[in-house]
Amino acid sequence: MMEVLDILLSASFWAAAVRIASPLIFATMGEIICERAGVLNLGIEGIMVIGAFAGWMAVYVGAPLWFGVAVAMGAGMLFGLLHATLTVPFGLSQHVVGLGVTLLATSTSYFAYRLMLPEVSSPPKIAPFQPYEIPLLSDVPLIGPALFAQTPMTYAAFLLAGLVAFTLYRTPLGLALRSVGENPAAAAAQGLSVTGLRMGAVIVGSGLMAVGGAFLTLSAFSSFFFEMVNGRGWICIALVVFGAWKPGKAVLGALLYAAFDAFQIRLQQTPIGAVVPYQFFLMMPFILSILALIAMSRRAEVPAALMVAFNRGER
Amino acid sequence: MRLEPVANPSLARRMGYPALALGLTVVVASALALIAGADPLATLGLILKGAAGSKFALLETLNRATPLIFTGLAVAVAFRARLWNIGAEAQLYGGAILTVVVGTSALSALPAVPHLLLMGLAAALTGALILLGPVILKTRFGVDEVVTTLLFNFIMLLFVSYLLEGPMKDPMGMGWPKSERLPGDARLPRIVEGLRLHWGFALALIAALAVWIIQTRTTLGYEIRAVGQNIRAARFAGIPVNAVLVKTALLSGGLAALAGFSEVAGLKAHLSLDLSPGFGYTGIIVAMLALLHPLGVVVSAVFVAGVFVGADSMSRAADVPTYIADMLTAIALLFMVPAILLTRVRVRRG
Amino acid sequence: MNAAQDGARDVVLRLDRITKRFGKLVANDAVSLTLQRGEVVALLGENGAGKTTLMNILFGHYVADEGTVEAFGEPLPPGHPRAALAAGIGMVHQHFTLADNLTVTENILLGTVPLWRMRLDLTRAKARIAQLSRDFGLSVHADAKVGALTVGERQRVEILKALYRDARILILDEPTAVLTPQETEALFETLRKAVGLGLSIVFISHKLHEVMAISDRCLVLRHGKLVGEADTHQTDRHALASMMVGAEIVPPDVSPARPGLAILKLSGVTTPDHGAAPGLKSVTMDLRAGQITGLAGVSGNGQAALSDLISGVIVPQEGTLCLGGEERKAWTPRRAVHSGIARIPEDRHHTGTIADFDLTENTILETYMDPPISRWGWMNWGAAEKRARDVIEAYDVRCPGPSARIRLLSGGNMQKLILGRVLEQDPEVILANQPVRGLDIGAITYVHNRLLAARDAGAAILLISEDLDEIIQLSDVIHVISEGRLSPEFSRGSRTPAELGLWMAGQGFGEAIDAA
Repeated sequence: MMEVLDILLSASFWAAAVRIASPLIFATMGEIICERAGVLNLGIEGIMVIGAFAGWMAVYVGAPLWFGVAVAMGAGMLFGLLHATLTVPFGLSQHVVGLGVTLLATSTSYFAYRLMLPEVSSPPKIAPFQPYEIPLLSDVPLIGPALFAQTPMTYAAFLLAGLVAFTLYRTPLGLALRSVGENPAAAAAQGLSVTGLRMGAVIVGSGLMAVGGAFLTLSAFSSFFFEMVNGRGWICIALVVFGAWKPGKAVLGALLYAAFDAFQIRLQQTPIGAVVPYQFFLMMPFILSILALIAMSRRAEVPAALMVAFNRGER
Repeated sequence: MRLEPVANPSLARRMGYPALALGLTVVVASALALIAGADPLATLGLILKGAAGSKFALLETLNRATPLIFTGLAVAVAFRARLWNIGAEAQLYGGAILTVVVGTSALSALPAVPHLLLMGLAAALTGALILLGPVILKTRFGVDEVVTTLLFNFIMLLFVSYLLEGPMKDPMGMGWPKSERLPGDARLPRIVEGLRLHWGFALALIAALAVWIIQTRTTLGYEIRAVGQNIRAARFAGIPVNAVLVKTALLSGGLAALAGFSEVAGLKAHLSLDLSPGFGYTGIIVAMLALLHPLGVVVSAVFVAGVFVGADSMSRAADVPTYIADMLTAIALLFMVPAILLTRVRVRRG
Repeated sequence: MNAAQDGARDVVLRLDRITKRFGKLVANDAVSLTLQRGEVVALLGENGAGKTTLMNILFGHYVADEGTVEAFGEPLPPGHPRAALAAGIGMVHQHFTLADNLTVTENILLGTVPLWRMRLDLTRAKARIAQLSRDFGLSVHADAKVGALTVGERQRVEILKALYRDARILILDEPTAVLTPQETEALFETLRKAVGLGLSIVFISHKLHEVMAISDRCLVLRHGKLVGEADTHQTDRHALASMMVGAEIVPPDVSPARPGLAILKLSGVTTPDHGAAPGLKSVTMDLRAGQITGLAGVSGNGQAALSDLISGVIVPQEGTLCLGGEERKAWTPRRAVHSGIARIPEDRHHTGTIADFDLTENTILETYMDPPISRWGWMNWGAAEKRARDVIEAYDVRCPGPSARIRLLSGGNMQKLILGRVLEQDPEVILANQPVRGLDIGAITYVHNRLLAARDAGAAILLISEDLDEIIQLSDVIHVISEGRLSPEFSRGSRTPAELGLWMAGQGFGEAIDAA
C-alpha cells in the first residue's frame, strides 16, 4: 500500500499523467469534431502515425519544431481530405473507409521512413520540445511540476480543448457543425452546405489527430519508430464515447486514462511488479477503456446523425 | 452533387469501374516505384514474377493466401450482418494458442487425424468465444463492437507475449519468446508430397465453400443478410436478431481462429509474436475486395497474398521498401469501394 | 417592368416551364406558376404528382433540367437553397427539418449568422423570436429542445424559422397532414395574418376542403403536368377532385359491419415511454371480429407503442394482452405472426420491407421458418419463389418479376406486396398502421377495399391513421389516443370531426376517467 501512496504523492507521477494525456487530447478533440459533424473517423490510428512520422521527418531534415507540427497537421489534413471525400459526398461506409485510411496512412509512413532511412538500425534522434516552466506557478508543490512545467505542446493541447468547446457551443460555426451531426436535413434547409461542413470537420479533425501523433515524436520521445502509436487512436475513440462527445469531459477522461497509465508504469517498479508479469500492467489501460465504454453505454448522447450519410437527391 | 441509383446497370458499368480501380492501383504502384528511384515497369514485373513467376513462387503465394482466406471469410461473414469484427487478429492468436496447447498436450497420444481435428476444433471454439464477448456487450449494453474488438487485439497480443515468456515458453528456445514446437504428428501434412503447400489451404477452400452454402442455402444465411441489410425490418418480421448476431459471431470468430490453427499446424509449428503480420487487418481488405462473397474471398486472398509475396521478392532485388505491398492493398481497397458504388449509382449535378 | 404588365398586383414569384427528370420518370413536365403579392395559391395533386419536387427545385434542393425561377423579378441561381433563402423564400417541409437535440432558438438561428462570426447572440435572437411569436400568434418555448415538443409546436418552429429570416414568400408542404382540426384552424389564422402583412403563400395539399378554405387560386398537378388552374371561389371540390385524379373519385362502399366476439383484448396496458414518444397509459380496448376499429390521434401520441405492442415488438409493462381468450405473456413478433396477426407497419420502406432484398425474399420475411419455405434450416427457394408469384398475381403487384429488388417498386406496389404477404395467411387480426400514407388514389382505394373485404370475412382490424377523414370514413368504431391515453369507444357517426379533434388535443380524458 505504501508504494501506491508514494506513487500518488510524487510530482513526477502527475507530470507524467499530464504528459501522457496531451497527445490523446489533441486526437480526441479531432475525433470529437468529426463525430459531432456526423462522421466516425476510424482513420485516427493511421493519421496519428503519419503525424508522428511527418512531423519528425520535417524536423530531422532541419525544419524548426513548430514547422514540424505544421507539417504533421498538413499530412493529417491530406488523409482527412481522402476520408472526407469518400465518406461525405459519396457516403461510403465510414467503418471501411476509416480502416482503409488507417492502413494506408500507416503503411505510407513506414514506406517513406524506410525509403528515406534505408540503412539505420537504431532510430535517429532529433532535439524535441523542452519543458517550459511557467514562472511562480511551476513552483507550487505537486501541481506546479504537473501543470506548469510541461512542453509548449502540452499547453497547446489544453488551450485547444478550450477552443474546441468554445467553438462548438458559443459560435455560429459550432452550431452549424452540431446541426449537421444531429440532422443534416435541418442544416440543408437553412441554406448550409452539409457536404462542406462535414468535409471541413473531417479535414480539420484529422489535422488535429496528426498533431497528437506529432506530440509523440516532437515532445514525448525524440525519434520515430514503428508501432509507436500502439492503439492510442482507438483509445481516443473510446474517450470520445466516455466523454459523451463533450470536450471538457473528454479531457477529464484523457487525464484519468493517462493517470492510470502512468500509475501502472510506476507500479511495475514496485514489489508488486516483481510478482505480476508486466504484460498484465500494460493490458490494464485497454481493459479500463472497455470497462469505461460499458459503464457509459446507457448514458451516451450520440449525435443523432453519426454515421448517417446525407444525399440530397435521395427520394 | 447528387447520387442517383441506376436501375439496371450495364455489364460495362459493372465491370468497368472495378477494372478502373485496379488500373489506378497499378498506376499508383508505378508512381511509388518511381518515387523510390526504381523503374516502374521493372518493379511491377518483379512483383509479378515474385508472386507467380515460378512453381515455388506460386506455392508461396498460395501458402500466404491461406490465413488470408480464413480471416477474409471471418470478416465477410461478420460484415454481411453489419457486425464490425475488427478483431480477427485476436481471434487468430486465440486459435493459435489452443492449437499449440492441444497439439503438445497428452492428447498427442491420439492418432494424427483425430488429434488434428481436436486441435482445429479447440482453436475454432476459442476464436468463437473471443468474439462472443464484444457481441454480447453490443447486444446487451449497446457498446460499439468496433472499439471493443480493436482494443481486444492489443490485449490479446500482450497476453500472448506473457504466455511466451511464462507458461508456454519453450525451454529449448534460447531465450527467444516462442512456444514449444508441435510434434510431427500434430502437423498438417502437405497436400502433395514434395510440394510446399499444406492441407490448411485445402481446408480454407472447404471453409469458403461451406460459408457460401450457409449464406445461400440456409435460413441462417437468409437471417444474416436480413439483419445486415435492415435490422429494424428484420426485428419487426420476427427474426431473432440477437441470436443471429451471436451465431454470426461464433462463425466469424471460429473462422478467424482457423487461420491461427492453419499457420501453426501447417507452417510454423510453434507460436510466436510474429505469427501474424496483421492477417486480421488484411482480412478486411480481402473481404471488401471480394464484395463479401465467400468464393470471391479466395480470389482476392490469392491476389493480396500475391502482392505481398511479390513485393517481398521484388524488394530484395530492387531498392523499394516492402511496405509498398501494404500501401498497394490499402489503395486497392480505397479505389475499389467507390468503384463498387459507381457500378450502382451515377453522379449527377444538382 | 414585368410586374406592371401583369396587372395591378406585383408578381413575387415566377416559375417558368420547369422540367425535372429522375431517370426515366418525368417528375415535372414544363410546369409554370406565378404568385402575386398577398396571394395564397394552392398547389393540388395527389401523391407522386410532382408537387414536392417542384418546390424543392424552387428552393434549390434540386436543379431543374429545364426552366427558370424568378423571385421579385430577379432570376434565382439553380441549386442554391441559400439564394432562395436570401431572396425571401421560406419553406416549411412536410417532414420537419429540425434537429431534436438543439433548442428552439438554436434551430431558428441556424444558418442565419455568418459562420465565421465569433459569437452567437442568443439574447437578441430570443427577443426577436418573442416578437414574431406575438405578431403571428405562434407561441413557442424558446429554450426547449425540439425533441420534447409536440407536432403542432414543431410546425410553429418551422414557420418561425422562415419568418425570422424575413421570408416574403412562404411555401407550406402538406402542413395540415399532422394537425388536429383545431390546430389546422389556428394555422390558417396565422397564415391569414401573414397575408395581411403582405406575405405570399404557396399551400401544397391534397385535402380539398382545406384548399377551399384558405386559398385564392388553385393549380392542379397530375403526373408532373399542370392540368388545371382556377380561382378558388369560382370552382368547387368536385371539379378540383376530378382534375386531380383525372376521373371521378368513388368513395369505398362501406356497408354496415356485423361485429362478432372480441378477439384481441387489452386491459389496463401500460408500456414505457421511448424517448420523447409516450408509451401507453393504462389502455383498455377490444378488437372485435368483423369490425374496423379506428385509432385517431396526432402523430407521436402513443400510436407507435400500441402498434409495437400488437406487433409483438414490445410487451406490456403492466396489464394484459389477451388473444382468443388467452393471455399472452411471452410475446414476440414471431408469436404474433403465428397467432394470426397480420401486421402492416407504418413505415413500409424501412420496417415493412428490406430495400435491397428481392420480392421473393421480402415475401417470406415473416414465414421463412415454416415449411415448405424451409425445413431443418434449409431454404427451399423454389417454394419461396412460388409464394412470391402467388402474391404478385393475387394482389396485382406491378413489378419486373419476383427477383427484382423491392426498392425499384412504387409505394403502392410495395404496399400491395405487404398486404398480400400478410393477408394470404388468413389472419384473425389485422393491424393496419397508416396503410395508405403516401399512396396515390388508385392504390388507396385498392388498400381500403382489401381491408373492407377482410373485415367482411370476419377479421378484427385496427386502423391507425393521422388522417381523421380516413378514420371517419372507414371505421365502425373510433378511439382517440392522446399522450398514451385512450378515449372511450365512439360508434360510427356519434362524434363530429371537431369533437374528435378536441379529444386529439387531449381534452376530455380527465372527465372520462372521473366518470369511470
